[in-house]
Formats: sequence, C-alpha cells, structure tokens
Amino acid sequence: MERLYKRGPLPPAPLPLAFIPMHQTFDAAIEMNLLHANQRGADHNRAHFDEWGITCINLMSSPGAGKTQLLESTLKGLEPDLNIAVIEGDMTTELDADRLRQYGVPVIAINTGRSCHLDSKMVAGGIHQLQHSHEPTTLDLVVVENVGNLVCPAEFEVGEHAKVALLSVTEGEDKPLKYPVMFREADCLLITKTDLAPYLDVDLDRIEANVRQINPDVAIFRVSAKTGTGLTAWFEWVQQTVMNQTNRLQLTV
Amino acid sequence: MHETDMTKALIVTIQDWWDAQPERPTIQKVHLIVGAFTCVEPASLQFAFDVQTQGTFLDGSELVIKDIPLVAHCHTCRADYTPDVGSQYACPTCNSPMEDIRSGRELKIDRLECVAA
Ligand SMILES: Nc1nc2c(ncn2[C@@H]2O[C@H](COP(=O)(O)OP(=O)(O)OP(=O)(O)O)[C@@H](O)[C@H]2O)c(=O)[nH]1
Ligand SMILES: [Mg+2]
Ligand SMILES: [Zn+2]
Ligand SMILES: [Zn+2]
Ligand SMILES: [Zn+2]
Repeated sequence: MERLYKRGPLPPAPLPLAFIPMHQTFDAAIEMNLLHANQRGADHNRAHFDEWGITCINLMSSPGAGKTQLLESTLKGLEPDLNIAVIEGDMTTELDADRLRQYGVPVIAINTGRSCHLDSKMVAGGIHQLQHSHEPTTLDLVVVENVGNLVCPAEFEVGEHAKVALLSVTEGEDKPLKYPVMFREADCLLITKTDLAPYLDVDLDRIEANVRQINPDVAIFRVSAKTGTGLTAWFEWVQQTVMNQTNRLQLTV
Repeated sequence: MHETDMTKALIVTIQDWWDAQPERPTIQKVHLIVGAFTCVEPASLQFAFDVQTQGTFLDGSELVIKDIPLVAHCHTCRADYTPDVGSQYACPTCNSPMEDIRSGRELKIDRLECVAA
C-alpha cells in the first residue's frame, strides 16, 4: 500500500469546506463596441441601397443651419438628372416633409420621438416603407435629413455612403473645434447662408481652416440656398458622388 | 440624450451574456472604455446607468469608465501628439492637420467583474 502511494504524485487532498472561497470573483471579457447593434443595422440598410443601385447621403447640422432649404434647392437643381427620394428624420418637420413633397419626389417622414439623432433602425423603417410604396430600383439618390444636432448624428451611421455636414455662417468660426467629431467624419462640408456673411463679423477662411485642422480631405463649398450662390459646385459634388458609387457597385458585381 | 440609448445597448449586451451563463453570477463592476473623441459624455453615461439598472439584475453594480485621451500621429514629424480637444487639433510642432487618430475613438465594453453565484 505505501509503495503504491509513492509511485505517482499524491492526489490533492480535498480542502476542508471552510477553505473554499464562498464568493469566487472572476473577470469576463466582453470587448464589444457600444454601437455594435447600430452598426449592424447600418450595414443592413446599406445592403438595401446597394441592391437597388442607390447612393445614400446623410445630411447633418445643428438645428436651423439650412438642411431643408438646401434640400429644396437640390431637388430643384438635380431632379431632372437624378431620381431622388428624401427620408425626413426631423421630428419637428412634418412641415418640412410637406415643403419637399411639392417637388414631386417621394418623401418618407419618420418619427424620431425625442431622439437627438437618427439611428439605423429608424432609417430601416423608412427604407422598408420606401420599398413598399415606390419602386426603389428607379431611384439614384436618397438623402436622409438627420435631426438637427451637431453632437451625435455623426456617431450613428444610418447606412449612408457619404456624410454631409452643414455649418451656417451665423454659428461662429469655433464650432468645428468645439464639435469636432461631426467635422472629422464629414466627406463634404457646406458653409451655408453665405448671403448673410456681409452683415456679420465672420471670417469664412477661418471656418475652413478650423475644419481642415480636423479633416484635411473634406470637400468644402460655400453656398447660399437663398441666392443660389455656390450651389452648382455642390450639385456637381453630388453627381460625382453618385457616379463614383455606381461605378464602385458595378466593379463589385 | 443618446447616453440613454447607449446605456440601453450596454444593458442588452450584458444581459445576453448573463443569460448565457450556466450559473448567473453577480456583476459587481462593468468596465467601459470611452475615448475623448466621441460623442459620449461619461458623466451622463454614469447617470443613465444608475437610473436604468435600478431593479434589474444589474442593480447595485458599479460602472467604471476608463477615459482614453485623443492621440494623433503626425506623419511629417513622425511622432504622436495629444491634441487639445476643443481648440487645437493640428500638430503643435509643424502645424500639419490631424490625419491619423491613434486613440480616442473607443466606445466599448471591456470586461465585467463578477462574483460566482
Ligand atoms: N438668409 C438665408 N437664410 C436661409 C438660408 N438657408 C436657410 N435659411 C433660413 O434658415 C432657417 C432654417 O432653415 P431650414 O432649412 O429649415 O433649416 P434646417 O437645418 O432644416 O432646420 P431643422 O430641420 O429645424 O434643424 C429658415 O428660416 C430658412 O429660411 C440661406 O441660404 N440664406
Ligand atoms: Mg429641416
Ligand atoms: Zn431590410
Ligand atoms: Zn444622440
Ligand atoms: Zn508635426
């Protein structure tokens, strides 16, 4: 018997009960992005757009910077060349949706409740509605007007191919520095309401320089939706973006 | 604000993990990593977490937020630098615009500190 025990290592003696820690602590690694679910929804939306050959632009700015007004000018200027639909995400803008419907384009108004941004799920609702009420494959461009907010819409993708930020001349040169995430993420920046600049103490070069510090590659246009100044360059950017996206899709098919 | 939505996403993610555990542990601490170059305000997140976990399986667990500063990389200087969020993003040495962001965009659940049931 004794010899047997000496052959191998001794089996561990069971600990007396009192020594077993009653509350064993441990760490569970999760390592998941907080925006994961939204990101997945955005991919779903983008897959729809790609399937239908649609380019999607996400229009963002602080409240009142001129998103709806710009959309009106854009519909007027581009509708002959492009088939456009609008997903209107601004809570306060049932009025805006009506303003846009005069141009004869599909306008889907989505109820955002009190949310401070659009998320991919809300926009999915709009997309599915568009799918049922219109023939989506006939569309070239869907513009999403986001909730007026300079802080978080940039963080919540909705399935767009390009982000466009608006900053009106009345908001001050320092806004890009104070709300950098939106200006970092933007593919295009529109400095709006330039017709008002002569009445204000505002330096447009300064605005541009501040944005370029954060985002050197962004396309910047100075526009006035009221007088029409600068809109042609913006229209060309939109057409180019749609064309690039269409070409990219054809390459991957 | 959207911190409420973020907190909802956070709770759902943890709930999924917790439901999958054979023995439901008590979660003492939830560790988050939040970069300085995000739209998230840690104080608002903290507040939303305390409110929304009341009466749930997370009641009493503590939210620990690790702040990650914004660090950019300047290709001209071949060096990292820390922009001054709110006022200055270009390289302080050569004034090149901020191109690569090394850190500061994080927004994730890192780990949970648990006590076995
Ligand atoms: N002078 C001038 N005013 C403008 C211009 N564009 C818009 N506005 C005015 O600015 C105000 C807000 O314009 P909207 O287009 O409604 O702005 P918005 O960004 O859609 O606003 P929300 O959807 O509420 O966030 C309106 O009174 C417009 O008439 C412009 O180019 N010049
Ligand atoms: Mg509007
Ligand atoms: Zn779908
Ligand atoms: Zn938000
Ligand atoms: Zn440098």
